[in-house]
Amino acid sequence: MVQTFGEKATREVLGSTLARLTREGLDIVCVDADLGYSTSAVKFGQEFPERFFPVGVAEQNMIGVAAGLAACGKVAFCSSFAVFAPGHCFDQLRMAVAQPRTNVKLFASHAGIVTGEDGASAQALEDLALMLSMPTFNVLFPADAVECEQAIEVAARTEGPFYIRALRPKTSVIFDDSYRLELGKWPVLREGGDVTLIACGELVVSALEAAEMLAGEGVEARVLNASSLRPFDKEAIVAAAGQTGAIVTAEDHFVLGGLGSLVSQVLAESVPAPVEFVGMRDRYGTSGTWKELLEHFEMTPEAIARAAKNAIARKSR
Amino acid sequence: MQAQKLSIDEMKDVARGVRRNILRMVHQVNSGHPGGSLSSVEILTALYFGVMRHDPQNPAWPDRDRFVMSKGHATPVIYSTLAAAGYFPEEDLMTFRRLGGKLQGHVVMNKPPGVEMSAGALGMGLSFSLGQALAGKLDGRDYHVFCLLSDGDSQEGQTWEAIMSAAHHRAGNLTAIVDRNHIQNDGYSDGTHYPGNGSRPEGASGGWVLEDGHTTNIMQLDPLAAKYQAFGWKTYEVADGHDLEKLIATLTEAKAHTGQPTALICETTKGKGVSYMENNPDFHGKAPSDEQLAQGLRELGFEN
Repeated sequence: MVQTFGEKATREVLGSTLARLTREGLDIVCVDADLGYSTSAVKFGQEFPERFFPVGVAEQNMIGVAAGLAACGKVAFCSSFAVFAPGHCFDQLRMAVAQPRTNVKLFASHAGIVTGEDGASAQALEDLALMLSMPTFNVLFPADAVECEQAIEVAARTEGPFYIRALRPKTSVIFDDSYRLELGKWPVLREGGDVTLIACGELVVSALEAAEMLAGEGVEARVLNASSLRPFDKEAIVAAAGQTGAIVTAEDHFVLGGLGSLVSQVLAESVPAPVEFVGMRDRYGTSGTWKELLEHFEMTPEAIARAAKNAIARKSR
Repeated sequence: MQAQKLSIDEMKDVARGVRRNILRMVHQVNSGHPGGSLSSVEILTALYFGVMRHDPQNPAWPDRDRFVMSKGHATPVIYSTLAAAGYFPEEDLMTFRRLGGKLQGHVVMNKPPGVEMSAGALGMGLSFSLGQALAGKLDGRDYHVFCLLSDGDSQEGQTWEAIMSAAHHRAGNLTAIVDRNHIQNDGYSDGTHYPGNGSRPEGASGGWVLEDGHTTNIMQLDPLAAKYQAFGWKTYEVADGHDLEKLIATLTEAKAHTGQPTALICETTKGKGVSYMENNPDFHGKAPSDEQLAQGLRELGFEN
C-alpha cells in the first residue's frame, strides 16, 4: 500500500497560503474573476480586503490588472479555472506577463478530466500546452495539497511568471509537511531499475500504486514526480532512460503538448528509449465522477502498469 | 531631476521635431505606423512637457506619473517623444525596427527605459493602467496613470472590461485618452471620415469594401463619451486633439478629478501635419517614399 495522509484538494490551500505569506511580509495582491470562492482565494480576501481586487467575470482584464500591479512591485496572484485562464486570456498572458516577465502568478484550478460532472467544456486538457509554449513561464503541477502549498510559496518568493495547476476533487495527500518542492527537480519517489514512471499531478499517487503492482510481478519501477514542468529536470529524464531503458509518462492532460511531449523531446535529443503515454489523446472528456472518468479514459494505476510492461517489452527491439 | 514644463511655443517646436522623427524613422526602415503616430503627437507632447510628473534620468522613479501606450503600434511617436524628453539619445531612433537596434516595431516594457508596458495586440493597455493605478492607491502614492487608446483599442472587449472595473474600483488616479482619428488598419472606423458619398448603402448590414480594398464602415463607436459616462467615468470631449493649450488644460483638470476615472475623447486627424497622409488609410502602416519624405519634411519646415 502506498502511504497517504488523507485527502485534500490542491485548490484548498491557495487563500490560506497567500494570507500566511502576506503576514510574513510579502507584498502580495490577488485579482479575482469571480471564482475565488472556488479556488479559495477569498480566504486571502477575508484577511486582506484592501489587497483583493475582484474584476468580475473578465479574465483578460484580470491578467492585465495583475501585470500592472506587478509592474509597481506587487507579487500579483490571480486565480480562475484552467479553462478560463489561460483559456480566455492566452494573449494577455503572452503580452503582459510572459514577454515582459512581470511578476504575475496564475493559479488555475479545476484542471484535467477530474473536474468531473461539469463535462467537456469545464475540463482543461490543453492548459499545460498553452503555458509550456511560453518560454518565460514557470509551470508547476503539484502532486498533492502539501506540494501545492510549496508551489505557491516558491512562486511568491521567486521573481517572474508562474503557472500553478490545481484540481477540483479531494485527492490523496502523499507528502508530509517536511516535503520541499525544488524548482527544476523531479524527485525519485521510489527507486527501481526496470522502467521509470514519470507522472504529474494526481497521477503521481497512481504511478506509485502502479509501481507496487509491478513489484508484485517482479518488475522494479522507478517513480519520478514531474511537478516542475518548467524548469524541468533533464538530468532525471536522461538518467531514467540510461538506467532503466523504458519510460512511461502519466498526466491528466493531452499527451501532445504536455508531459509526454516534453519527455519525448528530451529523449529524442539525448538517450532515445521506448516511451508509453498515459493521458488524454485525440478526444475530449465527458460528464462523470472524477474516478469514473479516470477509469473510462484509462488513467489508472492499472493502465500505468500495463503501459510499463509495454515499454519494457519494446526495450529489446 | 524632474522634467521641467515647457511653454506652449516650446512645445510646438517639440511637436514639430517629433513629427520629423516619425517620418525619418519609418522611412529609414521602410515600415512602421506613421498615421496613428502623427495623430497622437500633441497628446504625448502635452503629457510629457506640460502635464506629467516624471524624470527622464530616473524612469523607475516610484512616484512618477505613468503613460501607458495601449495603441502599441504607434511606436514612432512614443520613441520620438521619449527621446525629445531625454530618456535616450536621439540617434537611437534610427535603429528603429532593425536587428540589433534598441527599438522594436511595437512597444516593449522598459526597452527603451520610459516604456511602461509591452503592447501591440490592441485592447490591453487600460487593464494594465488600472493595475498601476490600484497599486498607487494601495501604496499611498499620489501618482497618476494616463493610458492612450485608439479607435481599434476601443473595439476590443478587454477595454470594456477595464472600463467597467476602473469605475468599480473608483480609480480616480486613472485617465484614458482616446485618440479618435477614425481610421484604422482596414480603412474608415465609422464612416464619419470617409470622404466619399455615404459610407455604405442604406440598410446594408455589413461594412462596405471599396475597390482599393479599404472598408468604409468598420465599427461604430459613437456615442463614445456617453458610453464611458454610462460606465461611471467622468468624460471630457476635446474637439481638436491637436490644440496643445486645450489638451493641457483638460488633462490637468482630469488629473485633479477624484473619486472616479476620467476619459478624454480627442478628435484628431490621422497623419496630421503631412498633407498626403492626412485622413489617408494608406499611411496607417506604410512608410513614405524618398520623394514623399522630402515633401513631408518641407511641409513641416525642415530641409531634411
